[in-house]
Amino acid sequence: MKVKKRYISLYVENRIGVLAKISGLLAGKSYNLDTLTVGVTEDPAVSRMTIGLTIDDITFEQVKKQLNRCVVVIKVIDISEVPIHKKELLFIKVSSCTEKDKAEIFRIAQAFELEVIDYDRKNVMVQCVKTEGANNDMIALFNDIFVNRIEVVRGGSVAIEAISTRSQ
Amino acid sequence: MKGTEIIVKALKEEGVDTIFGYPGGQAVDIFDALYGEKEIEVILPRHEQALIHAADGYARSTGKVGVCLVTSGPGATNLVTGIATANYDSVPLVCITGQVPLGLMGNDAFQEVDIVGITNSICKYAVTVRTREELPRILKEAFYIARTGRPGPVVVDIPKDIQQAEGSDAYPEEVNMRGYKPNQSVHVGQIKKAVSMLKRAKKPLFLIGGGVNISGANEEMRQLAETTGVPVITTIMGKGAIPSDHRLYLGNIGIHGSYAANHAVSECDVLFSIGTRFNDRITGKISEFAKNAKIIHIDIDSASISKNIVVDIPIVADARLAIMKLLEYVAPLKNEKWVEQLLQWKEEYPITMNNYDGLTPEKIIQYINNHFESPIVTTDVGQNQLWATQYLELQSGRHFLTSGGLGTMGYGFPAAIGAKIGNPESTVIAISGDGGMQMNIQELATAVALELPLILIVLNNGYLGNVRQWQELFYQKRYSNTCLRYRKSCEDNCTDKSKCCPKYTPDFIKLAESYEAYGIRISKEEEIARAFDYALGHKNAPTIIECVIEREANVFPIVPTGKTLDDMIMD
Repeated sequence: MKVKKRYISLYVENRIGVLAKISGLLAGKSYNLDTLTVGVTEDPAVSRMTIGLTIDDITFEQVKKQLNRCVVVIKVIDISEVPIHKKELLFIKVSSCTEKDKAEIFRIAQAFELEVIDYDRKNVMVQCVKTEGANNDMIALFNDIFVNRIEVVRGGSVAIEAISTRSQ
Repeated sequence: MKGTEIIVKALKEEGVDTIFGYPGGQAVDIFDALYGEKEIEVILPRHEQALIHAADGYARSTGKVGVCLVTSGPGATNLVTGIATANYDSVPLVCITGQVPLGLMGNDAFQEVDIVGITNSICKYAVTVRTREELPRILKEAFYIARTGRPGPVVVDIPKDIQQAEGSDAYPEEVNMRGYKPNQSVHVGQIKKAVSMLKRAKKPLFLIGGGVNISGANEEMRQLAETTGVPVITTIMGKGAIPSDHRLYLGNIGIHGSYAANHAVSECDVLFSIGTRFNDRITGKISEFAKNAKIIHIDIDSASISKNIVVDIPIVADARLAIMKLLEYVAPLKNEKWVEQLLQWKEEYPITMNNYDGLTPEKIIQYINNHFESPIVTTDVGQNQLWATQYLELQSGRHFLTSGGLGTMGYGFPAAIGAKIGNPESTVIAISGDGGMQMNIQELATAVALELPLILIVLNNGYLGNVRQWQELFYQKRYSNTCLRYRKSCEDNCTDKSKCCPKYTPDFIKLAESYEAYGIRISKEEEIARAFDYALGHKNAPTIIECVIEREANVFPIVPTGKTLDDMIMD
C-alpha cells in the first residue's frame, strides 16, 4: 500500500488537555505522526493544529474519522491534495567555529537564504524558514560540514490552504 | 444555587431516577445534596467497579443513561474497567467523579488522580469542570453525548470547590456543541444503491450487530428479514435482533459461531451488515472474511466503517432510521435455493453438548429457554458467556447483557443487579463461571440489601475454563494457572483429573448464607428444575445455583486464531 506524506489541518477547542487528547488518540491507535504543531487562532477559543503523517490511504482515512469523532475536534481538513503554503521554523547552532567555519556558514546562509540571527567568538546560529523537506536538507548539509558540532531545534510544519492556486 | 444542587437538578431534568454511587471525601457534598431526595434513588454497591457494571446493566436493559457517582482518586480509578467495558459496547453512561479542589489539582493531593487523562482513550468524552459557570452546560452536554450517536460513557470530573460554589440555578434546555453533531438522517442515495445491490444478489446475507439492539430496531429488522427473505446471522452483541427461533435466523457468527452462520459468511455474495464493528472475534482471518461478497455496511459511527473490512457501500446512519428507510424500498427476493441450503446446514450442524453426560450448560440454558418468559440474562466472560451466546434463545433486544467488546470478567453479576433495578418486573438471571463470580462476589451484600431476587447461576468447573480450553487445544494441556482448586501442596504439572483434588473454595452455598442470600448446589440434570424452583421461592433475596459441571467441558465449535471462519473445530 502506498505510503506518502499527508497533512491535516485540525480545528480544536482551545482547552486544557486537548493536545494530550489528540496526541494520545493518535498514539493509542498506533498512528505514527511526523509532526504536530498547535497554536491559538484568530478566535481565542479555537486552536489550530497542523499534523503531518507519512501514511497509507486506508490508515489515513481512519485517522481522519477518528479525529472527527472526537468531541473536542471542531473540524478536520485534509490538506494533502490541495494547494497549501507550509513552512517550518528551524534553528541550527554551530559550535567551536573557526574563522573559516564562520565564513562558510555565511556563504551557506547567502546561498540558501538562511538568516544568521546570533553569534559570538566561537558559535553561530542560523534560522531557516522552509519546508520540512528543505529543512531536512539543511540539517544534512550542516551535519556533513560541521560534524558533531551542530545543535538543531525545529518546530514542525504549519500549513494553510493557498489563496490562489500556487502553493509551496 | 450550589454546584451540588445544580448537579441534582441536572439529574432530575435528565429524567434520572436511579444513580449508582459510592461516597468519599471529594463526593460527600454531592451525596449530601442527594440526602433525603425523593425523586432519585441512590444505589450503594460495594465496590466501584461493580457499581459501574451495575449502572451499565441498568442502561443496557432500560435504554436509559446509567449514572455513576464516585469520589476522586481510587473511587475514580476503580471505574476504569467499567468505562472501557461500556465504551466498547456503546453503553450510555455519565460518570461523575469528585475531584480535589482546583487549587490542589496538580499538587499530588490526597486521592488526586488525573481521571480525565486516564480515561480519555476509553470513553466517548471526558472533561474536568473548571468553573461553576460551565457546570450546568457540561452536565447537559454529558447526557447528550452519552445517549446520542453511537452511545458511550462520559466522564465529568468535578472539583470539590466547584461543587460548593454558588452560581446560577439555570439548567440549559438545548445543546450546541460545534465539535459534536451526531448524524440524524439517512442518505437515501446510499440506501437505494444498497437495495439495488441486494436485488442483484444470489446469496445475500444480513449480518447484524449490537447497533440494531441499541437503536431498538428489532421489529423493523424482523420485517426487513421477512420482507426480503434474506437470512440473518448476528454477532453476540446483535443476538436478539430478531427472535432466535425465527426461521431465517442462522445463529451467531464468529470464532464460536454456528456452522451455518460461519459458512454463510464465506459463501454469501452480498453481506449486508448493520451495526457491527467487524471485530476480530467475528471475522477470523480477515483477508479471507466474506471473500466472495460485496459488503454493505450501516453504522452510526463512521469510524467503524472500512476500519477492518473494506466496504463497498457505506451508510452512516442510526440502524433503526436506516432500516425504516430500507423498508420503503425493498421487495421480496428470490433466493430459495440459497436459503434452503443454509437452513439445511442449520439443521444438520446444530451446536450441542451431546458429547457430555449429565449436567451441561446447554441443559441449564435450555431450561431457561423453556421455563421463563423473556428473562433478562447477563453473563460473565469465558465459557459461561460463550455457552450462553450459543444456547440462549431471545425474543428481543435489551434482554441479553454481556461484555462483548472488552470481555470483562466480573461483569455479569453486578450487571444483573442494575438490570433488576431497572426492570423490577422481569426475571433476571446471571450466568457466571466460578472464576468471574468471585471478581465481584461482594455484590451479594448489595443484592441482599436491595432485596433483589436474582438467580445467580455459577457454572463451576474449578477452572478458568476458557483459557484452560485453549491450553488443552493449543498448548499441549499445560494448564498454567487456570486451576481454581489448586493448592500449594498439589503436585507440579498435575494433569490427572481422576485423582482427588483439593476441596473447592469458596463454598458458594455457605458464602451465600453468610450474606443472607440463598444457595443450592446441583450436579445432575434431574436437579435443574428443583434448583430453579428453589430460587423462584425467594422473592426478596438472591439465590446462587452452583452447577458443578464436567471439569473439562469445552465450547465447540471453535475457530483457531488466524484461521478462516469456515475452518472450524466442531468437537
